[in-house]
Amino acid sequence: GSGGFRKRKHDNFPHGQRREEKENVNPPSALMASFKSFQMELDTRHDKYERLVKLSRDITIESKRTIFLLHRFTSAPNGEEILSESEVKLDAVRRKIKQVAQELIGEDMYQFHRAISPGLQEYVEAVSFQYFIKTRSLISVEEINKQLIFTAEDREETTNMTSNSHDKQPHMWSLKVTPVDYLLGVADLTGELMRLCISSVGNGDIDTPFELSQFLRQIYDGFTFIGNTGPYEVSKKLYTLKQSLAKVENACYTLKVRGSEIPKHMLADVFSTKTELIDQEEGLP
Amino acid sequence: MSVSEMFAALQGALGQDQDIREEIRKVVQALEQTAREILTLLQGVHQGPGFQHIPKKCQKAREHFGTVRTQMESLKTKFPADQYYRFHEHWRFVLQRLVFLAAFVVYLESETLVTREAVAEILGIEADRERGFHLDIEDYLSGVLTLASELARLAVNSVTAGDYSRPLRISTFINELDSGFRLLNLKNDSLRKRYDGLKYDVKKIEEVVYDLSIRGLNKEATVGAGEEK
Repeated sequence: GSGGFRKRKHDNFPHGQRREEKENVNPPSALMASFKSFQMELDTRHDKYERLVKLSRDITIESKRTIFLLHRFTSAPNGEEILSESEVKLDAVRRKIKQVAQELIGEDMYQFHRAISPGLQEYVEAVSFQYFIKTRSLISVEEINKQLIFTAEDREETTNMTSNSHDKQPHMWSLKVTPVDYLLGVADLTGELMRLCISSVGNGDIDTPFELSQFLRQIYDGFTFIGNTGPYEVSKKLYTLKQSLAKVENACYTLKVRGSEIPKHMLADVFSTKTELIDQEEGLP
Repeated sequence: MSVSEMFAALQGALGQDQDIREEIRKVVQALEQTAREILTLLQGVHQGPGFQHIPKKCQKAREHFGTVRTQMESLKTKFPADQYYRFHEHWRFVLQRLVFLAAFVVYLESETLVTREAVAEILGIEADRERGFHLDIEDYLSGVLTLASELARLAVNSVTAGDYSRPLRISTFINELDSGFRLLNLKNDSLRKRYDGLKYDVKKIEEVVYDLSIRGLNKEATVGAGEEK
């Protein structure tokens, strides 16, 4: 018997809103009514997904720009200015992330994780790069997540929030960067540090490369410790990380071996040819 | 915190994650086993004598769904309730299959499409995300699409078994299902791919109905169908 089944009832089914269909079905049958509601549900979900993808793109772009800005730090005499400018930029990125957090209120974050993950990784990269330049150490996940707790007075964004479901947590939104996003962001960071190393040699800065090679080695050791516990993407990055580390270590080697032979003022020239070579090999931004 | 401490902490988190996945995989394997058993049971309806025993087979299948419910209960305890979509991939396939099986049973019993709420009830899970382990809408729809191809097959085999009225009823049902799916705006994902197969099922059933009509076999069938209803 079918007695145990509840029939889905749609009392306020909007009549007359149907599209042109082949009409061998009596219009508002129970089946059509439920498909109508599925349509709504799927459309809502897809719309949200698209909005998040767009936010993620914006976050990526702004974070990339911040990184480019920070690369100018070593060469510029006005270091402080660049740092504060990068802070402003990162604040803008965080406002975008706040919007993401608002979109995700009452949702399972992992359902939309694929939409926002690229942006978050890029943000981790930017924020950890800035943190490194300031403190010469690695920012922790907890530290990053601490900055991603937003309160209402953060500045009321005119987000066209469709749902009013944020009654549960009226004035607090937060977003957590997952360990995997963090790891992937840090792996990208090492690429930036490699660039920083090479360019600082170009500027005649001989101390930074050694500092960087030590720092990179620590990160590399960390990644080898994780090994294949993490997902596939993490182990994939390990290869690139190894290459970056090799470049930095080679740079340090060259500095050590040839540094004593070549007069200081010519060091930059020796190295700049070396840099070009590396850039060609790399073929990637 | 030093770099190595940070990475040790991350490694711990990832390790825990792996343990959870391992646990889930075990339960999912058990679920797959039950699903196979139900499928084997229901496959009997395609064979000639099977047509007389449909109610009996459905009843047996429903007993198996009791096992499914206990297995689902244990699956729910394997991971934090608010991280459903984090591990969704692990049970997605088996859940779609179970939706199909439940929908097939309900169709055989009452010749109606099972509602999402009813499937959730049969499987011992929730229909809404808010209330815990739930049935994702895309998984439900995928299961329903599997039902469509199974019914196309059933239409063919019921003719072979001499039941000429069933294909007509299946045809009406599938057509309604088809127009239901036409309402949806699907993205270019796996569900959309499955949906693209629906038209072949519709076509197949229409061919069967056509074959019956030109031979005048549907006359007695419609009378028969009328009596049944």
